Amino acid sequence: MRHVSVEPPPFFHRGLSPLARLAFFGVLSLVLLFADTRFRYLEGIRAVATIVLSPLHRAVQIPGETLAWIGGYFASKQALSDANAAMKQDLLARAPAAQGYGQLLDENAKLKGLVGISSRYPGAATAVEALYTGRDPFTQKLFVNRGSDAGIKAGEAVIDEIGVVGQVTRVFPNMAEVTLITDKDHAVPVRVERSGVRSVFFGAGAGRPPELRFMAPSADIRVGDKLFTSGMDGTYPAGLAVAQVEAVDRDTGQMFARITCKPLSGVDRSQFLLVLGQSAAQPPRPEEPADPDSVKKGGRGKGRRGG
Amino acid sequence: MRVLSKPAAFTPAAPEEILRPVNPWVIALTFLLGFLANIAPASGVVLALKPDFLALVILYWCIQEPRYVGVGVAWMLGLVMDVGDATLFGQHALAYAVLAYSAEYFRRRVLRFPLWQQAPQVAVLLMICAVLVLLVRVVGGAPLPRWTYAVPPIVGALLWPLVSVLLQWSQRPARSSAQL
Repeated sequence: MRHVSVEPPPFFHRGLSPLARLAFFGVLSLVLLFADTRFRYLEGIRAVATIVLSPLHRAVQIPGETLAWIGGYFASKQALSDANAAMKQDLLARAPAAQGYGQLLDENAKLKGLVGISSRYPGAATAVEALYTGRDPFTQKLFVNRGSDAGIKAGEAVIDEIGVVGQVTRVFPNMAEVTLITDKDHAVPVRVERSGVRSVFFGAGAGRPPELRFMAPSADIRVGDKLFTSGMDGTYPAGLAVAQVEAVDRDTGQMFARITCKPLSGVDRSQFLLVLGQSAAQPPRPEEPADPDSVKKGGRGKGRRGG
Repeated sequence: MRVLSKPAAFTPAAPEEILRPVNPWVIALTFLLGFLANIAPASGVVLALKPDFLALVILYWCIQEPRYVGVGVAWMLGLVMDVGDATLFGQHALAYAVLAYSAEYFRRRVLRFPLWQQAPQVAVLLMICAVLVLLVRVVGGAPLPRWTYAVPPIVGALLWPLVSVLLQWSQRPARSSAQL
């Protein structure tokens, strides 16, 4: 024994034995895990606890921010003027598209008015900065520096300057959690730019390429095709760049082709992001048929999400 | 009798050396520091290497001061870590409870070894925790992580001697009393 304070001898037992305590807390943990994964009962408690812990989260960011600030202060004039020149070049390269954009919008509105399509709600956007990546190695998450204080709501799409990054899944007062499109089973409805084929883009988790699932081997998809959001789910507005097809494996023995993709946006690198406000309300889903027999015959397996 | 000629703070305590009883506030402070180290932002290589500092601190106090820190305290700290990390509720709690129990089980054995020989045993304990979390998450539907998942427990074990020496600092006898 190394201590001045002596432990009680084993025959003066106080409380439960360690094994009994382990069993008690182990079972409690499993109950919590079950409640959290299956039912999401604990989101309220988690939100309160996160608010309580947020000063600590802020505090640990101060050293890094200070270092970055000091580094920025001593940035060389050469580097700054280089960056400035590059940005001007970029601006110039985009100028033709930007100048034509207003005219295009006008034309588009007129045409849509003629055909009778309701126009796409432009929506508000909030610029945010990535704070840190999630530490959970099983999920692909990102935390950004604005939350409900900036009107961000769960379910809103997050993009960077190239394409879709993910979707806001939890909102705290001054922070929001973004689930990246590479998270396992995270689904984005997409459209192939070249052929117009619709599909759903599924993330596969860290280190695995995302894929388009349930596509027939005959589907018109080629390596190099660009995928854009189709806007079918009402979460992601239509026309945002998502990914590029990297490999198409059409094994005739399989029911579906195996199509892997590479996200276009800097999913795990981008520092500055844009949270797109919820677009116009989708029309309500049609009523499910009341007759149970017709549901059994026609509606089997519909309306269910995998994962 | 051994005479301490070096400054007490940065050398490990010899097995026969008597440590002073710890102040519970020191334990609480080290838990806070461990938690802060865990939630400090990191990305890339640092994130892949970063060990669970709070687990190391819990393990140390479970081995040194089982009267203050046991399964219950470890479990509650695990819940705090679950909120801090935005992981599933109960995931860290379960891992830390098992860690505290195994520390209580092995403490008499672990204390007989010098610090650098304790490290492999700590690696095994941390690895058990990591495998437990892996099981819980994979059963819950998460994908298998990359092989780098096994790196933080090993880094944690390598840091164990350093962490132990730092945490012992408050308990080291003052030099005058050691030289009596």
